[in-house]
Amino acid sequence: MITAERKPLDEIMESIDGCGRILLVGCNECVTVCAAGGRKEVALLASALQMASMKKGRTLDIRELTLERQCDPEYVEELTPHIDQVDAVVSMACGCGVQEVARRFKKTHVYPALNTKFMGASEGPGIWAERCQGCGDCLLGLTGGICPIARCAKRLMNGPCGGSTNGKCEISNDVDCAWHLIWERMKELGIEDRYEDVIAAKDWRTGRGGGPRKILREDLV
Amino acid sequence: MKTESVLEKVLASGELAVTGECGPPRGALPDVVKEKAALLKGYVDAVNVTDNQTAMVRMSSFAASVFLRQMDLHPVFQMVTRDRNRLAMQGDIIGAYSHGINTMLCLSGDHPKFGDHAMAANVHDLDSMQLIQTVRGMRDKGLFQGGAEIKNPPKMFIGAAANPFADPFELRVARLAKKVKAGVDFVQTQCIYNIDKFETWMQGIRDRGLHEQVYIMAGITPMKSAGMARYMKNKVPGMDVPDELVKRMAGVPKDKQAQEGIDICIESIERLRQIEGVSGFHIMAIEWEEKVPEIVKRAGLYPRPQV
Repeated sequence: MITAERKPLDEIMESIDGCGRILLVGCNECVTVCAAGGRKEVALLASALQMASMKKGRTLDIRELTLERQCDPEYVEELTPHIDQVDAVVSMACGCGVQEVARRFKKTHVYPALNTKFMGASEGPGIWAERCQGCGDCLLGLTGGICPIARCAKRLMNGPCGGSTNGKCEISNDVDCAWHLIWERMKELGIEDRYEDVIAAKDWRTGRGGGPRKILREDLV
Repeated sequence: MKTESVLEKVLASGELAVTGECGPPRGALPDVVKEKAALLKGYVDAVNVTDNQTAMVRMSSFAASVFLRQMDLHPVFQMVTRDRNRLAMQGDIIGAYSHGINTMLCLSGDHPKFGDHAMAANVHDLDSMQLIQTVRGMRDKGLFQGGAEIKNPPKMFIGAAANPFADPFELRVARLAKKVKAGVDFVQTQCIYNIDKFETWMQGIRDRGLHEQVYIMAGITPMKSAGMARYMKNKVPGMDVPDELVKRMAGVPKDKQAQEGIDICIESIERLRQIEGVSGFHIMAIEWEEKVPEIVKRAGLYPRPQV
């Protein structure tokens, strides 16, 4: 899923400075799962913004709404009846949702309330970690199902650097060495010999290197 | 011979080769480069010129290597994949070769976190293995990584690093085998303090016959003080400093510790040169270049062969 974290309250307050009425919009997908921008977080942020405004002696009218999927035009349409009645939208979706709202409502300011972080998975209650950078040419089949592009701090594709210590990355004891994990997994699968196959220089055109990407499925158009 | 590299010639002659290191300054200070390099002249076969080492901005390895060439020294042009993409790196390789630089070292580089530009993007368009492949392709096939033909391809003698002490240890022989497969000609190892562990690694290297496919230069760094020994032991990732060495350094008075560090260094070279498959020494006397002549002489590695 796409993970996100809420921006500091002061930053959100600053972005809506001068607004009397806002529409605070959550999303029921990834950001709900990672507890950053679902219905509950919308309610919490609404109260926090109310209190912060009152402290400054201002009134702020907040409408709360959580869409099924904020990156989907079909659901974003649900904002239409509200949009002319507010000074701005504050989006609690990932960057995709923020941009979809901005694309649909050309004359309305849209401010992000979240920092979109990464594509990741949950490692336990309250912990999410990066797993994929969307390079567009998956090599997990070569690396035992562990991605060195997303999980090695130097995105090394051919083994651990000289800084790997006790299974940890040189940048932090909190970060696993991806290549240590890959090696252990290769041993478990009995494919250690494949480690010595050199993975050639990557073609980054399938990733960000090729410019903004688009998928076009003829069968669905 | 694959190249005109003096280091390759010395290694091929069967003599123990010696390389030193020159870390470029953090400023436009050509004299600092020249002074450091002058201390090494005549005592080493080639001089590594580091590339933004420890992820701090310094005079480029390319520019400093050119100063060394002008002094008739032989630079080992270091290149990290952290700071530049394959266009920039290949451009520099051609440029360096055009200035008579024919030996290089392919590295991934320290993470920006360790330097003073922790906010910088780390590029890693290629990794060190892929850089080795690229340089070999440029030399042996005369092709850029993208496939186009190079006019007057650079003939680089290709080096890389090897760290026998990092984890997982059991992977470290395979890692060198992979670099050999990618096309490396010589490796310089991480500083060796735990000689027992290095011998175990070398045994693994010999079992696979890798010492006959790549020249292995043992990395040596003299310790200036007990404080430095402790720092290297505890703070430098992938460094293995046994407790006995820290104790030995701490056991002599402060003003004698530097000399003790040099003595340890000489003893290490004595022991390492007995190990089959060790082809030479890479002496990294960090900000202590003036000690290199003493080390080389006392270790019986002087005079250097004329090739």
